[in-house]
Amino acid sequence: MATEPMNTAVSREAPVSQIGAVGWMRQNLFSSPFNSVLTLLSGWLLVIAVPALFEWAFFQAKLTAANGTECHEASGACWAFIVEKHRLILFGTYPFDEQWRPLVSMLLLVAMIVASGWRKLWNIWLLPLWVVGLTAVAVLMWGGVFGLTYVENTLWGGLPLTLILATFGIALAFPLGVVLALGRRSKLPAIKSICVIYIELIRGVPLISLLFMSSVMLPLFLPEGLTIDKLLRALIAIILFAAAYVAETVRGGLQAIPKGQYEGADSLGLTYWQQTRLIILPQALKIVIPPLVSVFIAMFKDTSLVVIIGIFDLTLAAKAALTDPAWQGFGVEVYVFISAIYFVFCFSMSKYSQALERRLATGHSR
Amino acid sequence: MSQSSTGVPVKAAGKSRRAWNDPKFRAIFYQVLVVGLVGLAVWYLVSNTLHNLSVRNIATGFGFLDRESGFAIGESAISYTPDDTYSRALTVGLLNTLRAAAIGIVLATILGTIIGIARLSSNWLVAKLASGYVEVMRNVPLLLQLFFWYALIAENLPGPRQALNPVSGVFLSNRGLKFPSLEGDGLTWLAGGFVFAVLAILVLANWSSRRQERTGQVFPIWRVAIGLLIACPLLAWGVSGSQLALNMPALRGFNFEGGLTLTPEFAALLLGLVIYTAAFIAEVVRSGIQAVSRGQWEAAESLGLRRSLALRLVVLPQALRVIIPPMTSQYLNLTKNSSLAVAIGYPDLVSVVNTTMNQTGQAIEGIMLIMAAYLTVSLSISFFMNWYNARIALVER
Repeated sequence: MATEPMNTAVSREAPVSQIGAVGWMRQNLFSSPFNSVLTLLSGWLLVIAVPALFEWAFFQAKLTAANGTECHEASGACWAFIVEKHRLILFGTYPFDEQWRPLVSMLLLVAMIVASGWRKLWNIWLLPLWVVGLTAVAVLMWGGVFGLTYVENTLWGGLPLTLILATFGIALAFPLGVVLALGRRSKLPAIKSICVIYIELIRGVPLISLLFMSSVMLPLFLPEGLTIDKLLRALIAIILFAAAYVAETVRGGLQAIPKGQYEGADSLGLTYWQQTRLIILPQALKIVIPPLVSVFIAMFKDTSLVVIIGIFDLTLAAKAALTDPAWQGFGVEVYVFISAIYFVFCFSMSKYSQALERRLATGHSR
Repeated sequence: MSQSSTGVPVKAAGKSRRAWNDPKFRAIFYQVLVVGLVGLAVWYLVSNTLHNLSVRNIATGFGFLDRESGFAIGESAISYTPDDTYSRALTVGLLNTLRAAAIGIVLATILGTIIGIARLSSNWLVAKLASGYVEVMRNVPLLLQLFFWYALIAENLPGPRQALNPVSGVFLSNRGLKFPSLEGDGLTWLAGGFVFAVLAILVLANWSSRRQERTGQVFPIWRVAIGLLIACPLLAWGVSGSQLALNMPALRGFNFEGGLTLTPEFAALLLGLVIYTAAFIAEVVRSGIQAVSRGQWEAAESLGLRRSLALRLVVLPQALRVIIPPMTSQYLNLTKNSSLAVAIGYPDLVSVVNTTMNQTGQAIEGIMLIMAAYLTVSLSISFFMNWYNARIALVER
């Protein structure tokens, strides 16, 4: 039986059902009867939901309207309300003509956060950068120097306030959290139990109770005549709360450091603080950067809780916009709008954290 | 190691120097220092507080709990009127919190598990939809989601007079969802039959697993259990021959009367809590299932186990070990997050305490009550979950 020589074999195309769009669909959408049913079901849901959503958000939406009643005539979303109120929602009650100042501070804060995320800039210069940046933000927001009019912090509001609460909260909660984590890992029983009690107490109660505490009890804690303003009180509550969560995350990193590292440092004759600063913390913090970013995202979202004690952040500014009698009943539109703002910040942070996790995976994972 | 702790005697140094180089002495010194500083700080705050309270003429203590509250609460599981005491009002608030948390945990677990499994589906569309859900819900603050659902219900549903009426006896309006309730003596019999069925199933399950270990015979426990759950209550009701009536809601004046109500506040709170927490639970479930290696599936298959049995007997017990600890923290988060109810007017514990604090001025006591209640609930949940975790933990040789 003569066989055909190899080189004359005609290579045939793969069957149509295995390649291209059809093949992809067979593999990913209709691989089994159950999967086909699932695909059809979710496809049907999409066919119903997506066009209706587009009709509401775009085709039937109104971008310009004189007042709320005119806007209610359209069956879609009333983005005119957002257009009308965007200055109030974004900047709160900050004096209208001065609102470029919170805008610049906001951009500055975002720029600093982005810069800190860039690994090439991870060096000692980041610290002075933050000091200068935060001072610039404070000067811009408060004013009173360089010909800027003074603006009380009770007038601050909107997105810049949310960013300020989150950034200052994170910046101050982080060192406190690291100290607490070290305390919890300490061999000294008294220090360890103080840290454990603090961490577990704070993690066992909701943030609201701490915010209430800072708004009604903090004035009682202080000597007579000394008062701190509302914004600072809220910030203290956020810092105390976040520090406990940072501490637990950092503790995870400390526990992941092999015992040999401690013993190695001991054998070099390093003191506790040298060992912690030079050997343990650099390794532990590197491991916990991704979960720390998650803590920071949670904290960014949690700043919205200051609404309950009446701080004029992005969420309360949105609620304030809703109280205008000429524009009644556009809650859904305004909440979708600020949800989108929160989403952009949190989503980019979480994507960044995932990317970082992949970059930093240098043999610690097993 | 023991040599380093005793230390080599230092010749030239004085006694104090030697003591300072002794790690034991230093440990005691540092601890006394820290405890002293913390104690000093606490004493400073407490003395300031006592001074401020006496200046402002605020009496401390929990005596106010026995006074008449004088405020109404929108919904309550136990009977409550404004004539009742503050302590009863706080009980109502606590029960409302527990109700929201308990129902929320059950629903969020179900939804989260479905979405977590869907994210791992081989079906591209289903997996993408599930991950879209997780990304959107995780990255929008819960408070905002609560406001959103509440606005959606309050702004877009018609008033009671134009209520939507999809099925006879069910009304959907901006006053909430009204549906018929069962009333009469028969209800007690139904409940009794149900409890009996649950007890019988527990005994039966125990017996069947022991018999299976002994003889290898499999008892169809699931089918029997479902049968018992349906048959026992009906049988108890039928035998007793007692009354069971439907209480239909009906429009009287500006609102409905009769039937059961799902208020907009509770609905918005539950929707927000469940949808938000489910996104986190989905991630927990997904990572738990992914933590079980493929070889376990293949080994189970090679033993001849069906896919459902392999999931139940081989994969799930291993995945649960990874899932339980993060799941516990999600349950705790949900319970603590239920305190956001105060923002949309659901009368939970925080909201009732807030009203109490405004009326009586007993801020410190109020906040201590909130913290104590949440600490108790948090600790109970984590004790239960730790017990469960220890029960299913890997038994190593």
